[in-house]
Amino acid sequence: MREKLLVMIEELCGDEIVREDPDIDLLEEGLIDSLDYIELLLKIEDEFGLKMSPSELTREEMATPNRIIAVVEKRLA
Amino acid sequence: MQLYGENIFFISLAVILVPAFILGYCEKPLKHYGMAATVFFVVMTMKDKPQALLYMLCFVWYEYILAQIFLRITTGEHGSRVAYPAFLILSILPLTLHKILIAMNGNAGILAIIGISYMTFKAAQIIIEISDGIIKELKPDEYIYLMIFFPTLLSGPIDRSRRFEEDIRRTIPREEYLEMAGNGLLKILLGMVYKLAIASVFYLLMKKFGMDRTLISAAIYMYTYGFYLFFDFAGYSLMAVGTGYLLGVKVPDNFNKPFLSKDIQEFWNRWHITLSHWLRDYVFSRITMDLIRSGKVKDKLTIASIALMINMLIMGCWHGLTGYYILYGLYHGVLLVLFEIIRKKSAFYKKHKKDKWFMVVSWFVTLHLVLVGFFIFSGRFTRGVAFLLRSHGLI
Repeated sequence: MREKLLVMIEELCGDEIVREDPDIDLLEEGLIDSLDYIELLLKIEDEFGLKMSPSELTREEMATPNRIIAVVEKRLA
Repeated sequence: MQLYGENIFFISLAVILVPAFILGYCEKPLKHYGMAATVFFVVMTMKDKPQALLYMLCFVWYEYILAQIFLRITTGEHGSRVAYPAFLILSILPLTLHKILIAMNGNAGILAIIGISYMTFKAAQIIIEISDGIIKELKPDEYIYLMIFFPTLLSGPIDRSRRFEEDIRRTIPREEYLEMAGNGLLKILLGMVYKLAIASVFYLLMKKFGMDRTLISAAIYMYTYGFYLFFDFAGYSLMAVGTGYLLGVKVPDNFNKPFLSKDIQEFWNRWHITLSHWLRDYVFSRITMDLIRSGKVKDKLTIASIALMINMLIMGCWHGLTGYYILYGLYHGVLLVLFEIIRKKSAFYKKHKKDKWFMVVSWFVTLHLVLVGFFIFSGRFTRGVAFLLRSHGLI
């Protein structure tokens, strides 16, 4: 699952850096914008059947690849 | 009494915050004291107009009942789909009528409810998140407290219900409370300097040098009005946030040095933050989600542009159904769309965006685009255009 999520995030950012540094702040570095974030939520829904509302978590709680992976893992557990 | 508006308020506030501080220091819950303080200030604000108090109670009660009914319906699997738009419309209906009445008659009659603009955001947020399935229960006392919480009643910042409830339910450890109280006090004092000292200076300059019908005077007006607006609103927001801290509520910040923004998107992350983030989470995100899901529009830039324009148009209308507010919304919508196009398509932008000279130019341009926006917002732009057209015999 970690791998699948990393692929998704990498596609959205168009940058391999998310693999090298999975603690990078995606918003602060301008790697994803508000629309990318919505796409990510929709992809997570399609891939894992996990529905997430855009306002459910703060952007800080979903700021880095590692945090996103942790949230999804926790929800699916 | 006017909230954050006159000496008697500040004196009452100082007196009322002392027991709050003692309770916080003793690690006692602040919820009930904060509720009592809120009731006191709400009653004092409207003591000369008891009917206004009644209208406000009816409004809050109406929104609460609406949310409770919706919550009951959505526990069924399919109820939500059909009922959701109806309940969302019903929750923003009082504010919509309020805005229409003001646009038509100049006053809102029985819907002239203090804080209705800001309370509606909280009521709508709760309806939307019930539909999302992330709000599963509502307690009447907490709902009412969130709605009329006196520090933010008049003009925000716009808090979120789940965050607010978490704050009022927890007992804050002494050390953390002391830090919060210290920060809160600093924010209140800084807010007073912003609003009562600096904003007043800009206001005086604006009135003295900016009111003539010349181009130079209009330019002076544009600068002084922009800075007056910032210091007035940011000052008020700081005081509201600071008061919240002393009552154990970490009210979100509303401003973060907006005039240092290097592009218009950054500006909206620094100016009236709780408004723009509310719109991002409950308007922009929802429109883009529906557009992507429907599959009718494939191009990402088109999707973003449609959502940005609707988002900012709603922002403009929320300020009032007056020509210049709507124009202000459209103006920022167009700026955000143009920036989105540049950000995505321009090779020049991508190449130079981190260059120092580019950042300086970009900051300067953004600042002036923003000031022109405030000029529109003030109503002076449309009045000026009307004056020019009349003097040329065009209307």
